Amino acid sequence: MPQPEREVPIPRTRTLLLVWAALLALTAVTVAVARGRLLAGYSVLAALGIASLKAGLVLAFFMQLKYESRLLQWLALLATVTLLTILAGTFTDVWYR
Amino acid sequence: MPQPVGAESEARTGAAGAKLGMWLFLFTELLFFGGMFLLYAVYRSRYAAGFHAAAAEENTVVGACNTALLLTSSLAMALAVAALRRGRTRFSILAQAATILMGIGFLAVKYTEWMAKIGHGLYPDSPVLLQRSHGEVLFFGLYYVMTGIHGLHVLIGISLIAVTLALTARGAITAERATLLENTGLFWHFVDVVWIYLFPLFYLVT
Repeated sequence: MPQPEREVPIPRTRTLLLVWAALLALTAVTVAVARGRLLAGYSVLAALGIASLKAGLVLAFFMQLKYESRLLQWLALLATVTLLTILAGTFTDVWYR
Repeated sequence: MPQPVGAESEARTGAAGAKLGMWLFLFTELLFFGGMFLLYAVYRSRYAAGFHAAAAEENTVVGACNTALLLTSSLAMALAVAALRRGRTRFSILAQAATILMGIGFLAVKYTEWMAKIGHGLYPDSPVLLQRSHGEVLFFGLYYVMTGIHGLHVLIGISLIAVTLALTARGAITAERATLLENTGLFWHFVDVVWIYLFPLFYLVT
């Protein structure tokens, strides 16, 4: 017999607005960092780090992954790790050739 | 004797399955875009100077404004789903319409950007571009392919939201039957996530 599904809670409007404000603020930060040549030498790392923070916010709150079942969270992690493994595998070849 | 499974419980299990299916589809999309990001990363490391020169030509302000527009459209979509689940159908319809308008706005900005580049003779295989270094040729090739396929996804998202908007207005999508709207929302947010990475890679990293 199927188990009754756990309902994902309806996000609060306040939470969604705060996440949106954070996303816009991070966009401003990443532009400022790139234009002001702050963190020179680490510009790629900084840009990708901020982008990942933004992507995490969208995934957790807009896509509600934070409240989803463990199965879905593990699957999302698996997909991300798969992509990162492919990237890492390629770069060990590209860099040390 | 066990109680027969109620239709409500069965519908819920169906909704959970549909959502899982949507996520699995998004994982395939992740690897689809991932392949292109991989190509970008490898060529960038090989032709750093060319990528540097080409990326400097992108208009950061326009790119940032378009990013803000797409992020805001994602907020509108999240609000549309939340409102529907609370039974606030009218607000949900308005928020879905706002999402569509912002999506069209994003594509309109993208169109003017492409047109400006093509106006400068910068398009794949153009005589102007072929005069440039190998890295610049690759940068603009990747730029057109990646923003093009992303734009196609935005267009598909807009079409899907147009369908959910009509179905919500007709009462076919309700608080109890919100799966189609929720899954469309997931697709829209995913397209937003892809852009979150495209923006720094093409406009900022110089």
